[in-house]
Amino acid sequence: MTLIEEPPDPSHEPGRTAVEPDEMNFEQLEVAGLSQSQIVRRRFLRHKGAMISLIVLTFVLVLSITSIGVGPIPGWWKHDYNTLIASSSNESPTMSLRPSFLGGDGVRIGEHPFGLDNSKGRDIFALTMRGVQMSMVVILVLALLSVTIGVVIGSLSGYFGGWVDSVLMRFTDVILIIPLLLVAAVAGFAYKASGIWSVALILGLFLWTGLARLVRAEFLAYREREFVDAAKGAGASSRRIIFKHILPNTIGTIVVSTTLLMGAGILTEAALSFLGFGIQSPEVSLGSLVSEYQGAFSTRPWLFVWPGLFIIAIVLCLQFIGDGLRDAFDPRQKRIPKRKDLDTSMDANRMDSSANRQSGAGASS
Amino acid sequence: MITFIVRRLVAAIFIVIGASFIVYMLITKAGDPLGFLIEIKDPILREQIRREVVAGLNLDVHPVLRFFRWLGALLTGDLGISARTRLPVSDDIGRRLLLTLKLVTASTVLSVVVGIIVGIVTALRQYSGFDYVTTFFTFVFFSLPVFWVAVILKSVGGINFNDWLRDGAHFSPTVIVLAALVIAGLSYTIAGGPLSRRLGIAVFGGVGMGLLVSYISSSQWMLDPKLGPVVVILLAGGIAYGVTAVMAGVRNKKALYSALTTAGLGIISYFALQGLFDDAEFNIWMLAGLGVIGVVAGVVVGYAFGGFDKGLSARTAGLSAFMIGIVIFVDRAMQSWAEYSSSPVIRNRPIKTIGDRESRLEGSFWVVTNDTFSHLILPTLALMLISLASYTRYSRASMLEVLNQDYIRTARAKGLTERTVVIRHGFRNAMIPLATIVAFDIGGVLGGAVITETVFEWNAMGRLFTESLRNLDPNPLMGFFVIISLFAVVANLGADLLYAVLDPRIRITS
Repeated sequence: MTLIEEPPDPSHEPGRTAVEPDEMNFEQLEVAGLSQSQIVRRRFLRHKGAMISLIVLTFVLVLSITSIGVGPIPGWWKHDYNTLIASSSNESPTMSLRPSFLGGDGVRIGEHPFGLDNSKGRDIFALTMRGVQMSMVVILVLALLSVTIGVVIGSLSGYFGGWVDSVLMRFTDVILIIPLLLVAAVAGFAYKASGIWSVALILGLFLWTGLARLVRAEFLAYREREFVDAAKGAGASSRRIIFKHILPNTIGTIVVSTTLLMGAGILTEAALSFLGFGIQSPEVSLGSLVSEYQGAFSTRPWLFVWPGLFIIAIVLCLQFIGDGLRDAFDPRQKRIPKRKDLDTSMDANRMDSSANRQSGAGASS
Repeated sequence: MITFIVRRLVAAIFIVIGASFIVYMLITKAGDPLGFLIEIKDPILREQIRREVVAGLNLDVHPVLRFFRWLGALLTGDLGISARTRLPVSDDIGRRLLLTLKLVTASTVLSVVVGIIVGIVTALRQYSGFDYVTTFFTFVFFSLPVFWVAVILKSVGGINFNDWLRDGAHFSPTVIVLAALVIAGLSYTIAGGPLSRRLGIAVFGGVGMGLLVSYISSSQWMLDPKLGPVVVILLAGGIAYGVTAVMAGVRNKKALYSALTTAGLGIISYFALQGLFDDAEFNIWMLAGLGVIGVVAGVVVGYAFGGFDKGLSARTAGLSAFMIGIVIFVDRAMQSWAEYSSSPVIRNRPIKTIGDRESRLEGSFWVVTNDTFSHLILPTLALMLISLASYTRYSRASMLEVLNQDYIRTARAKGLTERTVVIRHGFRNAMIPLATIVAFDIGGVLGGAVITETVFEWNAMGRLFTESLRNLDPNPLMGFFVIISLFAVVANLGADLLYAVLDPRIRITS
């Protein structure tokens, strides 16, 4: 790939070719003979931001799971997030990424890469990794619950309409209007449920409203389409129409908004924990770590900065993946062709047209 | 139309009542509002307070019945009393509502205006360097936890910035070069046209920025910021010319002359009004009155110039008058900055991180205005980051959608200037969906910014909510809930109606 534009090849001048290359041709050539899922996959894999984010997210996930382990299975990191460690004279992070020939300490991880909290005797790296694991729990539970509830309510409401729609949508409005903070606080006060699972459960049970509305809107549009009429005429049951004919068409909307919802869910969990209505000590999450160490920013910033950076990293990755998925699923999405692509497309066109001419000549002779 | 509104309102009221019932049951379930009585040592006093609270909150009746009593009282406008303070909730909420408005108004207006401008520019320069940089930063802003940013802002703004002011407010050469480079890069990617023109604009912008920052640094401008008559006159002329260039095009002489006349009037009133500004009796209502008079004067000037498009001239002159008024206001406020900053209460650490005002500060209207600004600036920044990102994304998407429409191509084919196509045919239509989004967002604004208020310790609506939750105090919580949900419902209805008014293709049917 060259960055400098090459001078146009005289044989590529538009006047000389039989078929004018344009973006439409380019698009069609690009997707010719592929199934819908293949097109989506291709477009997604081509989205650089989304692919980088996917790799980063996977790395963070693997790091957090393998380093401190899950449940009884130990990880490779020497400290655990909830065991006391001896205080050290130097609390600051020991990780150094500047090689020695640039005047740094050399690339090393050290005893406490993200620093140490002497007053509580905790290793910040292990704490942050635990927080990341908690965020992953939130993501999974939230995605599972909100997709299930949102899709069921949205599709029933959109497909059947009438009083079903009215009742379900008013119910959605009520859920939307109840403050999440209140629900989390009540769960904490009345049922002493302030662990990560209950917070994730509450988020899942209350954050599905946007998804339900989107799915309903899609169903309203697809319900009037001819292929649904055809299916009805052929005697398909409502269940079959919903699951086999309409739902597959809405998969793009669902996947994209769920990805973005996951990011929003992490931020919401962090905010709840920050305000003291989410995860409580001794359990930790990224939000509760930020909350706990907010006073330490000016003196011991590593206590405060690392959990926040991991929140940003995870949510940013989810945003980019969501963006990539939206581009991939959007049929109107057009790729801006580069000169090289247009040339390739033109060559292919020329071959096509010459092949047509030959076959035409063959037929006439 | 009327049926539609009535139906929507009735449905909304039932939703609010239903949700209130659930919220009431939840808060009753959460625990006992009398828990705080343990802290009172004197048994007689404790018993007396207990009786008072039980009677005031109807704690002796069943929760369901209690809810309906509360609802009945609500219909007469009575929100009950707080268990903690035993004072009426409505007084407290009224005070906090004003404070919340103070907190969110600036950030909402600023993020809408800046977000729309940035969004439009990125749409016009799609796939430029500026577009990519903005897109990346909007994603980053979306991913920022507000509390994390707010704590950092509090520390950097409240400690480091004040220390920097104390040390003489000098910029290091690195900062000056960086600022110049950033401006040069931005103007290079925003400017259109051939390479030589873009390079010229970039060099001009970069050098200009570098000189400006060097001047600010060497004259210690940040210690005692001021504009002065020369800058005000230059700004007024520039605003008049710029507003005309965007709204009407400078070839529209009527509009240009009316805007310039307004600028002249503004400059005259700038000198004439200084005495009035210094008056001890000057207050915010007089300020607002002056602002209205200024805008009206601008509109009248525009009409007086006449021509075939009086309305356009009037709008141009009115907008110029408004912006020049802001410049005059800022100039006058800056004149009192030294007095504010050096007052014994402030002790030259002007940027504040706690609360909404310095209660011990005494001074004229302008000193208090400076105090309000220095308390507002950090929370406003924290609140702006996120809403700015979403308005940028929305307006970019909306503008791109509009620019791909057939009527834009028609407008270009007619030979209209690029300005007319973008502003009249593009921008106006792109604003239709955005107007509803803004109306919808304003619906959520009264709920306060719970996290920002917590970090910066503002005692407004958001804090009322978290505090009454912690204290398990039902009446303040319900008062908060009813007010914000009714406001949100009305705002949503307004958003729908606004859409129908702005877009004639939408017809409301009941």
